[in-house]
Amino acid sequence: MINLPLLPILIPFITAAVLMFFPKRIKAQRTISIISSLGAVIASFVLIFTIRQNGIQTVNLGGWDAPFGITLVSDMLSALLVAATSIITLFVIWFSFYYMDEGHERHYYYVAVQFLLVGVNGAFTTGDIFNMFVFFEVMLISSYVLIVLGGKKEQLRESFKYVLINVISSALFVIAVAYLYSIVGTLNMAHVSERIAEINQPGILTVIAIFFLLVFGLKGGIFPLYFWLPGSYKAPPIPILALFGALLTKVGIYAIIRTYTLFFYHDTGYTHMILGVLSMLTIVVGVIGALAYRDVKEIIIYNIIIAVGVILYGVSVMTPEAIEGSIFYLLHDMIIKAALFMLAGIMIAIVGSSHLKDMGGLIKEYPWVGWTFFIAALSLAGIPPFSGFVGKLLIVQGGFRAEEYIGPGLILLSSLLVLYSVMKIFTNGFWGTPKEYHGLKASMAFKLWIPTAAVVVIAIAYGVGAEAVRPFITQAVEPLVNPAIYIEAVLKE
Amino acid sequence: MKKTNDVILQTVTKIITFMIILFSIDLFFSGHYTPGGGFIGGLMTAAALLLILLAYDIKTLQVILHVDFKLMTATGLLIAILTGTGALLFNEPFLKHAFDYINLPILGETSLHTAVLFDIGVYLVVIGVTMTIIQTIGESE
Repeated sequence: MINLPLLPILIPFITAAVLMFFPKRIKAQRTISIISSLGAVIASFVLIFTIRQNGIQTVNLGGWDAPFGITLVSDMLSALLVAATSIITLFVIWFSFYYMDEGHERHYYYVAVQFLLVGVNGAFTTGDIFNMFVFFEVMLISSYVLIVLGGKKEQLRESFKYVLINVISSALFVIAVAYLYSIVGTLNMAHVSERIAEINQPGILTVIAIFFLLVFGLKGGIFPLYFWLPGSYKAPPIPILALFGALLTKVGIYAIIRTYTLFFYHDTGYTHMILGVLSMLTIVVGVIGALAYRDVKEIIIYNIIIAVGVILYGVSVMTPEAIEGSIFYLLHDMIIKAALFMLAGIMIAIVGSSHLKDMGGLIKEYPWVGWTFFIAALSLAGIPPFSGFVGKLLIVQGGFRAEEYIGPGLILLSSLLVLYSVMKIFTNGFWGTPKEYHGLKASMAFKLWIPTAAVVVIAIAYGVGAEAVRPFITQAVEPLVNPAIYIEAVLKE
Repeated sequence: MKKTNDVILQTVTKIITFMIILFSIDLFFSGHYTPGGGFIGGLMTAAALLLILLAYDIKTLQVILHVDFKLMTATGLLIAILTGTGALLFNEPFLKHAFDYINLPILGETSLHTAVLFDIGVYLVVIGVTMTIIQTIGESE
């Protein structure tokens, strides 16, 4: 099956087109979208094992050879990210069966989610820089739909900001690609990398590298460019927020990882130093936000920003160890952020408010939610048996090996404060004297809890089974450290 | 406000609409060898329908052309995807197109290309999206 890397993109795409025919038949919408997401998960796992055995998989769309057509490239990194994306989407769709009101479901909610999956999977898989832009737009336009769907006042205000900022960053992306094209004369990423190596990255390419950092930083929410994120992510309902928090910023991070390891690795003294400094500042800003707020949603939103900083710090160090840690942490963070947002969603559904002052004593009636949250919180902070540990350990080790002390120290300190920020939710929300709540009934909360617990179980398995996951991650790091592997797989010389 | 008499506009519309649609179909089919194609063809067809909307009203258009433009978008999208997916059946890469010269009864030897099917998809999506936007804005108070 030569089209295997395409399947995780094609399955949701066809599903989205089919679902557009009968938006009002909710049962059919639900069934079809969950079955197709399951299909995408299976396809992505088959893809992972194929890559494990046979190396990087490529498809030249339309049969045109590598630098001339659009190539889809699935190396282990993109396959792992595609798998994580598909899994998260599957459980979020399941979660939204019970969470979303009928108004959403009747107005193309599942279509937009499937298109989001197309965009994210496509952006992870593509091997063509302009095609990456197109998939970014597919992802962003469906996220515009999702953020505004429902039409509440807050959503309208925040979606306006969100659309504005993303239109600007997309325009910058096009300009950056135009600059790059005018210098190297190609769009295929492997070919771009080869050409940059030939001319040995003159000054103008370093300028373009910073340009790309601006663009992807706006999408991913790094330090001076994160300002749109807290407000916009607060507006939409929880399942949509879980998708955004788990997937959208990670696409920006993936794009930074890809361009900074494949294109701009010749003059790392300048570009990667800037990336390192910005990522440290991102951690600081995120920690301040996570400590400052007493609103469940906002605390977790600022935790997204912290994670962005941690992952990018690992990339900026550029040792194999640190990059491996970044990949480990990236996958962990996608899963755990989805789980945390879903748990916060259950709390908000029960209490009817997202502020900590309205909560208390939830553990009395909802012990299963409480302990799941506890485990997810430990996992987020990186307590050893759980999933956040290995990634952070490798990043910190890599940082020390590169003889940097501020960054790793900052990461260690941030872990403590991350733990404090989520434990604040746990102690204030679950302990204390119970209050009267008029939200969901316990049976309904239990239905919401099942998909959430499943995601937490995946996170635990990822942490406990780190030994089993390790070879896959190591394989994912190879083309990042040695771009020749990637180039050879695409251009087949 | 007294309703104005639009007899000149409406009569001209009756004639012009067909010309615009013919032009759009010509643009659509000329896409492979000359400037044109699904996108501009679809926009031009939508322009013809828009002219009917201007000269008459939304209900008249629905009587003339009884289609749901949202379904038209979905159909176009599905046609475009399935054209690409068809290549999977022959174990070819996605979007691999095929063409052949076929003797048709009236037209004689004609080159038929599966890229045209993809273009039909684009054409329908463009009409569907444009008309959905215009109708939705027009209907909301």
